[in-house]
Amino acid sequence: MMRSGLVWRLVFLTCLAIAAFGDVSANASASASKDARQITVASKNFNESYVLAEIMSQLLEIEGYTVRRRYGMGGTLITFGALTSGEIDVYPEYTGTLGHVILKIDDPAPSLEKLNGLLEPDAAEVLPPFGFDNTYAMAMKESRAEALDIHTVSDLVGRDDLEMAFSIEFMEREDGWLGMSRVYGFNRMPSRIEHGLAYQAIAQDKIDVTDAYSTDGDLDRYSLVILDDDKAFFPEYFGLPMVRGDLPADAKRVLRKLAGRIDEDRMRELNGRVIIDRKSFAEVAAEFLTQEELGEAKVIDNLFWRKLANNTLTHLKLTIIALGLGVLIGVPVGVLVYRSRSVSRAMVYLAGLLQTIPSIALLALMIPIFGIGTVPAIVALFLYSILPILRNTITALISIDPLLKRIAEAIGLTRGQQLRYVLIPMALPTMLAGIKTAAIISIGTATLAAFIGAGGLGEPIVTGLALNDTNLILQGAIPAAILAIIVELLFELLERMVVKPHMLSGQLPE
Amino acid sequence: MSRACVEFRNVYKSYTDDEPVIKGISLALPQDQTTALVGESGSGKSTLLQIINGLVLPDSGTVLVDDAALDYSDLPALRRRMGYAVQGAGLFPHMTVEENITLMARLEGWTPTAITERYEYLVALLELPLEFTDRYPHSLSGGQQQRVSLCRAMMLNPALMLLDEPFSALDPITRETIHQEFIRLQQAESRSIILVTHDMAEAVKLARYLVILKEGEVVQHGDIDGVRLAPEDDYVTQLFAGAGEL
Repeated sequence: MMRSGLVWRLVFLTCLAIAAFGDVSANASASASKDARQITVASKNFNESYVLAEIMSQLLEIEGYTVRRRYGMGGTLITFGALTSGEIDVYPEYTGTLGHVILKIDDPAPSLEKLNGLLEPDAAEVLPPFGFDNTYAMAMKESRAEALDIHTVSDLVGRDDLEMAFSIEFMEREDGWLGMSRVYGFNRMPSRIEHGLAYQAIAQDKIDVTDAYSTDGDLDRYSLVILDDDKAFFPEYFGLPMVRGDLPADAKRVLRKLAGRIDEDRMRELNGRVIIDRKSFAEVAAEFLTQEELGEAKVIDNLFWRKLANNTLTHLKLTIIALGLGVLIGVPVGVLVYRSRSVSRAMVYLAGLLQTIPSIALLALMIPIFGIGTVPAIVALFLYSILPILRNTITALISIDPLLKRIAEAIGLTRGQQLRYVLIPMALPTMLAGIKTAAIISIGTATLAAFIGAGGLGEPIVTGLALNDTNLILQGAIPAAILAIIVELLFELLERMVVKPHMLSGQLPE
Repeated sequence: MSRACVEFRNVYKSYTDDEPVIKGISLALPQDQTTALVGESGSGKSTLLQIINGLVLPDSGTVLVDDAALDYSDLPALRRRMGYAVQGAGLFPHMTVEENITLMARLEGWTPTAITERYEYLVALLELPLEFTDRYPHSLSGGQQQRVSLCRAMMLNPALMLLDEPFSALDPITRETIHQEFIRLQQAESRSIILVTHDMAEAVKLARYLVILKEGEVVQHGDIDGVRLAPEDDYVTQLFAGAGEL
């Protein structure tokens, strides 16, 4: 049969593509294997973290190390998890975050010795601080604070007329909203907002108060004031290099050179160079190292198109491998279980349950098992793609006319022949629709893979959010949208190739 | 009666714990003739037919085909020896007319020449235009679809054909035409045919042997003329009366 021959050929090609991509990833991870002169530097997904990470990266490069950059990781637990699991070697952290989020100690000003003692079981270590204290702060528009006569955090208590919106991380942290609301006695829930969007919201008077960092380069740009922490709640947040304990002593020596060189003003200025003056992290870091006479870094600024092509390729790679796995697992499982209504139901519920786990949470859960980077991203995308594929396969097979199923048996087809010649060809349109849905979901979700260092079109989006840079966000969002449309069209083409027009009932009219 | 094409020995079948649908039927059907299984819905006639090709497995009792007990362990092999056609034709919508008819022959490894020969013979026999070869079932009328399904049932030249009300859904004129073709088909190739129908007139026209079923039991069976002349009870008499003057 010509048509099923085509289907098998497609399956074969998909396998080939997966094998090819798999090979690329294998090479990539092989080259990542431990080499004393190679250090992986990571950052979290906000501006200052990128700047500090890039300064450390360039300094290490000046001193002869090869640096792999894994910037823009989604949050403290993901980044610290990546460090302890050996996926990354260095990233910028803050004493307060370390104490409250990672070590869970109740000490607003812990010493370096105390922190290192507590970090020992994790084989992690902190080096002397950069110099600045980037504490959490409550920020308001200066004019509005004046007008309302608000100067301290206490002044906010009981002011129900004020719209408070805090970043998601701040809301969840003991050293953030959880502790602050208790100490100051707030008894209302603020809204949540992506930190990168908060200042714009304040500028447009959509919200009145948000959380900020005292070294935030945006404070001046938006004419914001910081309210006095009159109950001295916010703990110290000294920025410092967090490293793996087994980092070579020489590399630690190099990073110690940065100790005490960046005070609050300097940090705010460096942040401002990126956010306000639109300099790249690489340029700002190189400038800093030159001014501090720490060495001359070679700044290689990736070209726009090259970056775009790289990101798109990575994005496609993640999506195609995940989707391929989804098809290779989802379709056979659907075929195996569709005869039993209860097992089918259980499978679809299980797949649906996976779908309800927030993507970031799922990605975070992957880190202890798969580390960071491509592998956990693919596993997560695969888990998300399973539901539409499995559900459509099961639905398609169940809803085939029982008379035709009976005929297929009665004319003497074996189980396998029934599937190959009757059930699968008849279920194909619905199955393809499921695979198409999974593909489009994958393309969307894959943008989040950047949070765990897997790259892709999410990278400019994550960086853009961190920098409050709409241009950069669009550099990821537009290609992702175009990719989704192309995939939709490709699937329509595929449908036309493998499915007879009269079998496509319930499709959009021509 | 000569040898039996199908023999039931004390066959029982129930789908749930309720009353059985086949209540201990013992019956032998003649070879190389057309037998009609007649009864109203719920009489068990379709179930009895499906027990022959293993679509329904009996709870107890034995079924013999050509004097050998059916081997339900290899159902595909069993079914390939029997043609099967049903009400509504049941053609596969993604296959052309030719693909529908020749599917099993191709899987059985027939040579292309043998397939073409048999295919062309059958479509000619049932007066299906050769232009239909590459058409899909949805573009055919109900009568044409049913002809295709009869061709499919006869493709492997089975010694036994099982027909489950194949003509019931057709309009009267089409039905009459296909009846005529069916009669020609009986003359062209001699084989045992078991035809399930609720229509006594159809049974009288197409079959020579008659089995009347009611509530899972055989009311009467025998040559049609014999049954007509000596009805066992009022129910049989009524059935013939309903068949009109034939």
